[in-house]
Amino acid sequence: MNPTTTQLLQQEVPLSWYLLLSAVLFALGILGFLLKRNLITVFMSIELMLNAVNLSFVTFAHQWHEVKGQIFVFFVMMVAAAEAAVGLAIIIAVFRARATLAVDRIDLMKL
Amino acid sequence: MHLILFIVFAGICLAGAINLLLQTHPINSALSLIVVMTSLAVLYLLLGAEFLAAAQVIVYAGAIMVLFTFVVMLLNAGREERTLGSRSARAVGFPAAAVILAVVATVVLHTQGLGTAVLNEGITSTADLSTVLFTKLLLPFEVTSVLILIAILGAVALARHGHGDPEQKPERTGEQ
Amino acid sequence: MNAYLHLWLIPLAPFAGFLFNGLLGRRLPKFLVTTVALLAPLVAFAAVANAWLLSQANPALLPLAEICPNPWINLATLHVDFSLILDQLSLVMLLVVTGVGFLIHVYSVGYMHDEEGYARYFSYLNLFLFFMTVLVLAGNALVMFVGWEGVGLASYLLIGFYFQKKSAADAGKKAFIVNRIGDFGFLIGMFLLLANFGTLSFDGISAQLALNPGWQGGVLTVIALCLLLGATGKSAQLPLYIWLPDAMEGPTPVSALIHAATMVTAGVYMIARTHVLFDRSPFALGMVAVVGAATALFAATIGLVQNDIKRVLAYSTISQLGYMFLACGVAAYSAGIFHLVTHAFFKALLFLAAGSVIHGMGGEQDLRKMGGLWKKLPVTFAVTTVGVLAIAGFFPFAGFFSKDAILYAAFQQGPSGKALWAIGLVTALLTSFYMFRLWYLAFLGKPRSEVGHHHATPFSMLGPLVILALLSICGGWVGIERFSAYLAPATGPRPVETAGHLELILGLVAIGVALLGWFIADRLYRQRPAAPAELAGAFPTGYKLLANKYYVDEIYGMIIVKPLLALSKFILEWVVDVAILGGLAALLGGVALLSGAILQRWQSGNLRSYAAWLAAGAAVLLLYVLVPWATVLASLSIIHFGVAGH
Repeated sequence: MNPTTTQLLQQEVPLSWYLLLSAVLFALGILGFLLKRNLITVFMSIELMLNAVNLSFVTFAHQWHEVKGQIFVFFVMMVAAAEAAVGLAIIIAVFRARATLAVDRIDLMKL
Repeated sequence: MHLILFIVFAGICLAGAINLLLQTHPINSALSLIVVMTSLAVLYLLLGAEFLAAAQVIVYAGAIMVLFTFVVMLLNAGREERTLGSRSARAVGFPAAAVILAVVATVVLHTQGLGTAVLNEGITSTADLSTVLFTKLLLPFEVTSVLILIAILGAVALARHGHGDPEQKPERTGEQ
Repeated sequence: MNAYLHLWLIPLAPFAGFLFNGLLGRRLPKFLVTTVALLAPLVAFAAVANAWLLSQANPALLPLAEICPNPWINLATLHVDFSLILDQLSLVMLLVVTGVGFLIHVYSVGYMHDEEGYARYFSYLNLFLFFMTVLVLAGNALVMFVGWEGVGLASYLLIGFYFQKKSAADAGKKAFIVNRIGDFGFLIGMFLLLANFGTLSFDGISAQLALNPGWQGGVLTVIALCLLLGATGKSAQLPLYIWLPDAMEGPTPVSALIHAATMVTAGVYMIARTHVLFDRSPFALGMVAVVGAATALFAATIGLVQNDIKRVLAYSTISQLGYMFLACGVAAYSAGIFHLVTHAFFKALLFLAAGSVIHGMGGEQDLRKMGGLWKKLPVTFAVTTVGVLAIAGFFPFAGFFSKDAILYAAFQQGPSGKALWAIGLVTALLTSFYMFRLWYLAFLGKPRSEVGHHHATPFSMLGPLVILALLSICGGWVGIERFSAYLAPATGPRPVETAGHLELILGLVAIGVALLGWFIADRLYRQRPAAPAELAGAFPTGYKLLANKYYVDEIYGMIIVKPLLALSKFILEWVVDVAILGGLAALLGGVALLSGAILQRWQSGNLRSYAAWLAAGAAVLLLYVLVPWATVLASLSIIHFGVAGH
């Protein structure tokens, strides 16, 4: 292996890259929430956003050598699970009522 | 090693996220999301969060996404239709997302003293995690069990037959 | 006996009567209302009589000033007290006001007996008496103004007593509004007084003027003219006399008290009270005399052809007030006051008698429908005869002495004075003529229509008539010399002394003129009853002009009232109603609708737009929190990279 490869192999990853990845994932999640037309896909974009945040928590936990960051991720996962269950139940109920999963068709609450 | 691993799995993560957006069928989006979550689990490992990596795979990818897949298949969701768009979603939402990304990126990139992620350092063992979880944060831990109970009840109540029977209620039109 | 109490009692008693009858009168039995209503002016008259007797016993008592220890207005630049002054002038005036007032109150008991607003009437009458006494007793211009405005208010209330009749309500409004125009002059005069003298009290003004004997004309003329404007409004002189004929809509005792004897004389009283100012301004005095003489002649000509008995008397009042102004205009203030007193007697008498006639005719007021009343209303006929003789100026009735004094003073004034004397003489001729015309048309000859209900005139009505008739006979016997000598401390000395022969000759000329008037009236209305119609036919335009009062009301209506009404209608309808209020309403409505339309679009029900706005909100928050930090960081890193770079 040439010195550059070795150098490359030994280089460390700056934490800012992890955070940047987290920000990009979050932005992608927002985009999905805005662009997708299927209700379930929209919900999945929300899960993506949550995961992005989890990543940044873990990054900071690593930086400060704190366990609390990871515990927070633990709780986020917990809540995400509960939320996914209830949310999907709601989606099923909505589907039963409206027979459609298109986001634009579910607009009963307008004035 | 760290760098290569990071680049590879970050790339997979991003690819999966973008694929989520690009796919029209929800099942494809679900599978892309599973890819994202699994690669995130690897990234957690790189950052020394062993337990979380495992939890990510087990809970997120293994339970939640399965639930999503179940629902997709239950509701027989098809490809997305072309429906009326929302002008404000594009006009307001895009700039918003862009702004958020820009601001956070700026802050992140210019913060001094973030340091680097070091492999094999700062590995948090499950023992450390559980020590804090079951001593200092015992109450929140127990409360989450209540939360999950409520979620179960809610899900059952919402999703069972007879709740808002669609056969009896005709689909309401816009005038109400 | 504390003299302090008694001056305040004079206005206070009527005020108490007003409150009592005004607040409780409706629910009380009539005799109680009557008792209180009569007690009030009686107490006031008793207090005045008491003051008179005390002053006769002790002449040094007058002038008596009572000033309330708590000042009314106490500022750095303005100090006004509640001050009442009793001097010879106000004493004479008060005797007339309370005395004649009391008699008219008694008369009203009988006249208004069947009226529904009995208690209201007496409360208003007492209110009037209160304000009039305040006006007369006032020690400074502001207190006098209170009384001035107050009598205007009482006059409005009483003219519009039969408020359900539109003409009465309109007449009340007209009187009040025209009076307001005069009051404007009074106010300006007060402001100027304040600016130039620093005080509004009459004593203070007199003292300052006495210190500056050379101060003549200039601003004093302006002040005097402003006060004159106020007086013309209240005393119905040209050009503000128009309200007095319409004021006859009120009950007849009201016409007698307010519009003959007391309120309309307030202008004359005010000029006499402030005579020190007028003395310093020959121009203003001249204006007073001219206004008085012109009004006297003007009103007399209109009175020649009026058919309503009360209108004749109204124009006669205006004319006689002109005489009083003429007197003041030639600085013969005491003569003017003398005529005021005698006029109060016989004019009140004439009005009350007219009231008796109207009462006996069942409400008929048109002279053309009367006639032959001498048989049916003998007492009324007798007293009316006395009144007519008095007003025409026959010796030895009251009117002769006072009118003669005025004409004599005018004659002595120089060439312009002689012109004024001539006008006064012609007016006397006309006065005699139209008063006898009234006498013939109403009482003599054959009845031209059936008399209305015929019940005997009650004693409460006859009593005051007789008393006033007696006063009309002997009221002038005190003589001008003694009268003006008595008033001299208050009004200054007589401008001319009696010069025997001249006065006698002028007196005889006056009597001759009065006889001429009687003779003409006799020819036209007794000997040849068809003659007046022929005369009217011979001069149709002249007759029409006089009968329609020179169309003054119409002219005023066209020049002043119509444009004002149009302007106010325009402003209220277009500017306020449509533009401001309508615009405001439209604006509010429009805003509500517009914002509703906008907000409605926002609540589309579309999940994605909601999501978009959520994201936008989050972005804003993020910006708010992080941008300062981000800019700092960016700048720092730029520096860092710039320094550490190549």
